[in-house]
Amino acid sequence: MAGDAELIEEQKEIHSFKLDLINKRRQSGSLITLLQSAQDSYGYIPEKVIYYISELVAIPAAEIYGVITFYSQFRLKPMGENIIKICEGTACYVNGAKTVLSVLQDELGISVGETTDDGLFTLQSVACLGCCSLAPVIMINNDTHGNLVTEKIRAILKEYKVLHKAGSSN
Amino acid sequence: MKKISVGLGTCGFSAGGGQVFNAIKELIDNNNIDAEVKETGCNGMCYKETLVEIKDEQDTYLYAKVSVDKAGKIVNEHVLNDRPIHDWIIKSKDISTEDSFLKKQTRIVLRNCGIIDPNSIDEYMARDGYSAIQTTLNHHSPVEVIDIISRSGLRGRGGGGFLTGLKWKLAHEPKSDKKYIICNADEGDPGAFMDRSVLEGDPHSVIEGMMIAAYAIGADEGFIYARAEYPLAIKRLRVALRQCVERGFLGNNIFGSKFNFTLSIKEGAGAFVCGEETALMASVEGKRGVPRLRPPFPAQSGLWGKPTSINNVETFANVPWIMINGADAFASYGTENSKGTKVFALAGKIKKSGLVEVPMGMTINEIVFDIGGGIKGNGIFKGVQMGGPSGGCIPASMGDLRIDYNEINKTGAIMGSGGLIVLDDSTCMVDIAKFFLNFTQLESCGKCTFCRIGTKRMLEILERLTEGKGKLTDLVLLEDLAGKIKQGSLCGLGQTAPNPVLTTLKYFRHEYEEHLHQKRCPAHQCPSLITFSIIPENCKGCCLCLKACAVGAITGSKKEVHIIDEKKCIKCGKCFDACRLNAVQKN
Ligand SMILES: Cc1cc2nc3c(=O)[nH]c(=O)nc-3n(C[C@H](O)[C@H](O)[C@H](O)COP(=O)(O)O)c2cc1C
Ligand code: FES
Repeated sequence: MAGDAELIEEQKEIHSFKLDLINKRRQSGSLITLLQSAQDSYGYIPEKVIYYISELVAIPAAEIYGVITFYSQFRLKPMGENIIKICEGTACYVNGAKTVLSVLQDELGISVGETTDDGLFTLQSVACLGCCSLAPVIMINNDTHGNLVTEKIRAILKEYKVLHKAGSSN
Repeated sequence: MKKISVGLGTCGFSAGGGQVFNAIKELIDNNNIDAEVKETGCNGMCYKETLVEIKDEQDTYLYAKVSVDKAGKIVNEHVLNDRPIHDWIIKSKDISTEDSFLKKQTRIVLRNCGIIDPNSIDEYMARDGYSAIQTTLNHHSPVEVIDIISRSGLRGRGGGGFLTGLKWKLAHEPKSDKKYIICNADEGDPGAFMDRSVLEGDPHSVIEGMMIAAYAIGADEGFIYARAEYPLAIKRLRVALRQCVERGFLGNNIFGSKFNFTLSIKEGAGAFVCGEETALMASVEGKRGVPRLRPPFPAQSGLWGKPTSINNVETFANVPWIMINGADAFASYGTENSKGTKVFALAGKIKKSGLVEVPMGMTINEIVFDIGGGIKGNGIFKGVQMGGPSGGCIPASMGDLRIDYNEINKTGAIMGSGGLIVLDDSTCMVDIAKFFLNFTQLESCGKCTFCRIGTKRMLEILERLTEGKGKLTDLVLLEDLAGKIKQGSLCGLGQTAPNPVLTTLKYFRHEYEEHLHQKRCPAHQCPSLITFSIIPENCKGCCLCLKACAVGAITGSKKEVHIIDEKKCIKCGKCFDACRLNAVQKN
């Protein structure tokens, strides 16, 4: 049955993920590093993972939850395929980050912290991307885009949409 | 053989440098051209990205604003046929269009940035890299190292300006089986990118600085706490660390001495307060990054309760230079109590935005006008913001102020880590104060009541003011709250959070008063206090504003004067940005 196969697949995945964590634990002994690799594997931190990690490092799940919610990097919900981080730093602010935000919100139909219905984009804000000389700036996944004006933002979003279509038709 | 380097810091990448690099590489490889292509870090001229340098037997040529198209032509003309394209070159033996930007700078921290390939340990070593640590291990005792750094007058570049030599001495003194050295690469100030550029452009200099510091205090383990938003810096650091381990520069018996040292990276997880040293250590230990009371200071009880010394990226990058060139050489730059140079991230409303390194003692006007080329567009210079959310705004009238820890502190701003945001007359100072307070209020960890709630109350007052709903007592209340937050907060975040408000109140009080009494925003920035209208004489009926308006507040047909319906207008300013004829005005 397909369901069983999936279940086995999932268990295998969890198993290798756990092994990975055990290795990391040996290396660094740090909760944050473990949470980061959990997020790398899943895109967010699922509840069940909090319990695995709790067992592994002998820290109560509640405390782990406290750490997760303290840092803005950690997410407890799944994210879109592409994460757009809009810079709200000083240089970007004085160079029109407000306009960039409103264009993004118009184009995507979501506000900061939300994910589009098609699951393609999540919009987040960050304090500064360290690219202030190219303000205003956004970062999509690990790529930075600077000197933004309305048309350029639209063109960039389109690129990612096309990329997605090409990816899913393969 | 020609050597081609493409400027690939984060700034270079976002200007399309990645594609330029690939295009050049492909051309060189496919056509079997005898040339070497490599990456380099940011040379500071972010306003000219993408930068491509071509070095041949005779000369070094720097091409600016290179696109994929231009890159093809450069390879064809210059690399293949030895015909440099002079119009695109900004620097060579005969051409130098960027003298003003470069001439007044002194490069100690940025000595290798934009010159070497950050992925190559050999290029670093070819420029005296890792010779400072060897000299140190062979010829100096830890106490002597501390003495040299003390005599150089180096002060911490992370914001506080604490004497580095003294900090090391305090960490050297306690006897302990274990000590740590930490590099603070959290660079949280919005508007600052010095540390990112150094890590991306010259990671080995930071590693070498840390090795020397570890030797001086007696540490055998170190961490680099790097900001999660800096993936490229982390990547290059990883490469550099691996190279050091392979060569035996990290590990046991380094360079044949008794000195052992291991170094690893800890990625931050997005919390500004983790830049504060006690919060940072809590975070390295895997906990919530909440600051704690000092004493005990990290030098007595730091990471996992062991003596620890924390320095900033730029502080460490200075160290190898000082060990090679001597304390006196370093102290020959600067003023009485601020020695050496300072790197500034010059951004905002400035023509030549980028990374500059200047000797201490230079004036703000020199940096903004001589180096930065003055204000972008038609604006009028209004002031600079220094020190990010902990700092303040210094007005244009004080442009002769020297870059010096004490002088800047006197204004109510701080040197800070090096963010220098230039503001022009389109910046509303109340709005800027609100911007920073909003930031600190969100980033407050919540431990201290004044920092947690006081900043919130201050923010509410600023919001009222920018909406034209201010109360007569508001300015007094702001000052009162500011004083109490400064006194009632445990860490630097709260203690300095009111600075942006206090400095703008001090130097731009009239703007607050106009918001309060006349319900006017002189910079035309606060949406509640402005209206948009169309000047009939200038409008040619091109419909651009109509198309830009998302709420249908603009009517008019082609070639007719358009009209804005004030009731529908949400004051987003899109029509203002869209109009090319200056027909939309803000009142
Ligand atoms: C809220 C807050 C944020 C800070 N952020 C940073 C930072 O991002 N980078 C940094 O080097 N220092 C930062 N500092 C200063 C550090 O606490 C510490 O003084 C510094 O890293 C010491 O290094 P230095 O002596 O080389 O300057 C921050 C301080 C506070 C209070
Ligand atoms: S302020 Fe936007 S990148 Fe720094």
